[in-house]
Amino acid sequence: MPSTLAIEASGLVKSFGTTRAVDGVDLAVPRGAVYGVLGPNGAGKTTVIRMLATLLRPDAGSARVLGHDIVAEADAVRGLVSLTGQLASVDDDLTGRENLILLGRLLGYSTREARERADELLAAFGLREAAGRLVKNYSGGMRRRLDVAASIVVTPELMFLDEPTTGLDPRSRNEVWDIVRALVGRGTTVLLCTQYLDEADQLADRIAVIDRGKVIAEGTPGRLKASVGQGALHVRLLGPEHRAEAARMLSRALDTDAQLDADPAALSVPVQDAERASEAVAELSRAGLGLASFSLAQPSLDEVFLALTGHPAEEEAA
Amino acid sequence: MSTAPTTQAPRPQQAADAALHTALSRSARPPRAGPLSAALTFGWRGMYKVKHVPEQLLDVTITPVLFLLMFTYLFGGAVAGSTSQYLQYLLPGILVQTVLFTCVYSGVALNTDITKGVVDRFRSLPIWRPAPLVGAVLGDTVRYALAATVVVLLGLVMGFRPAAGVGGVLAGMVLVIVFAFGLSWVFTTVGLLMRSPSAVLNAGFMTLFPLIFLSNIFVDPSTLPGALEAFVGVNPISHLVTATRDLMAGVATAGALALVLSEAAALTAVFAPLTVHLYRGKD
Repeated sequence: MPSTLAIEASGLVKSFGTTRAVDGVDLAVPRGAVYGVLGPNGAGKTTVIRMLATLLRPDAGSARVLGHDIVAEADAVRGLVSLTGQLASVDDDLTGRENLILLGRLLGYSTREARERADELLAAFGLREAAGRLVKNYSGGMRRRLDVAASIVVTPELMFLDEPTTGLDPRSRNEVWDIVRALVGRGTTVLLCTQYLDEADQLADRIAVIDRGKVIAEGTPGRLKASVGQGALHVRLLGPEHRAEAARMLSRALDTDAQLDADPAALSVPVQDAERASEAVAELSRAGLGLASFSLAQPSLDEVFLALTGHPAEEEAA
Repeated sequence: MSTAPTTQAPRPQQAADAALHTALSRSARPPRAGPLSAALTFGWRGMYKVKHVPEQLLDVTITPVLFLLMFTYLFGGAVAGSTSQYLQYLLPGILVQTVLFTCVYSGVALNTDITKGVVDRFRSLPIWRPAPLVGAVLGDTVRYALAATVVVLLGLVMGFRPAAGVGGVLAGMVLVIVFAFGLSWVFTTVGLLMRSPSAVLNAGFMTLFPLIFLSNIFVDPSTLPGALEAFVGVNPISHLVTATRDLMAGVATAGALALVLSEAAALTAVFAPLTVHLYRGKD
């Protein structure tokens, strides 16, 4: 059954004791893109990944990964996917090179091929100098890179990345992101679990927001933001003395109340329409109120997230 | 007039990108590794761990070395009349003790893999599922052989002179290692049940210590009170020590060997499937 979907999951449930870690998750992940699963700690992201990667058997529901059932055809799934877990799943007591050779051998390469592949990957991931060092002496960023390298000893069709940048400094994080982009550029589908809104926004083509074991929203990052509503025009004046007047003008121009920020010279107004916002700014400028800066900001995924997960109705239901 | 193209050295970033693309463009998938090949690869992993972390071998070797020295020179005269005579009695027992303590580390290593997450990667690979376990236990037998060699060499230096010569000593070592193979499945089971590597270590040593002391490793059980003597008599460790002693002295009986081998087989038959079962259900 050829399908354009890399992952089709319906009604996945997994309980640990009395806790329903995953409570009826449906996913439709298209091939060849990055699909983000966004949620706070303990939302059930890792459990979803572990079920899809055949490490956990679902209590209920079913899923097909690249056309194969995750329970009945688990072995076929394992042959096509790779997993980079939340804990860097590399062996501390081996060197970086030995880790990669080990995986190469396990994936069916001869010893010679496995060595060649290991050296190729070490060079590609900037680990050549560290190749002979024990992994326990690696920095966090090096471990992550080795971890990702270990996941592509054989280039997978689908890669599960569970919080790949948790605990990394910004530079290492950008390196991991570049690797993910390059991987997707080669046609690999990536399922990315993350608690960083920024990361999902940067990498993912579609996002499922998950909270308390349920998908509470799904769509492109742009659509998720739009669903929360509008952006805002932020204005900062040269001094506080004209703020009240500016607030009046902006409120009138944009038909909505301006909010005064903590900064005595700054204010912001929700906007639906960028055109009208730019006219309002021009009006302020013509009135000579002394504009220091202005910006039109999209709602951040943070706001999306709060709006979706911190909804009072949700808490009442729980 | 030709204008030589100004060749710019590739920036490091470009070189890195090129290397990354080369690495990613390799898409040929090798044939799957067979079960034996996968298991042996895990055995190889065990070897490298010993190479990089020799402490784990030291832990289990130093204690028996101290026991050997202490018991021989401190108590040997009192127990057996002379230190040299006691050494002939004690050494096969210390050999058994050393190797059996090393078994606990099979469980510790497995638990460490689980707590660190590396098992997740192994379990997501398209390989024969018990390969990591079988490979690790096979690799551990090499550790047992190393630990056994240390004890035997020290014994020879101290004056251990087995009647059955090199052949007898080697046969004794092999028997101990075979039994240890069976026993290590007990500790892999423990390794899957406990929450942390140190808990495995404690549980393992707490179980082994009484069994080691309530055996015929150190003293002839005929000097013990009746109930204790009866316990020592049914303790499989005593059976192993007796068979090893007899092999090294050249007086081993088929019955004693068969008993030890069947005990090793029974341990494997019960605990190997149990380990595999727990490993698969490690959810």
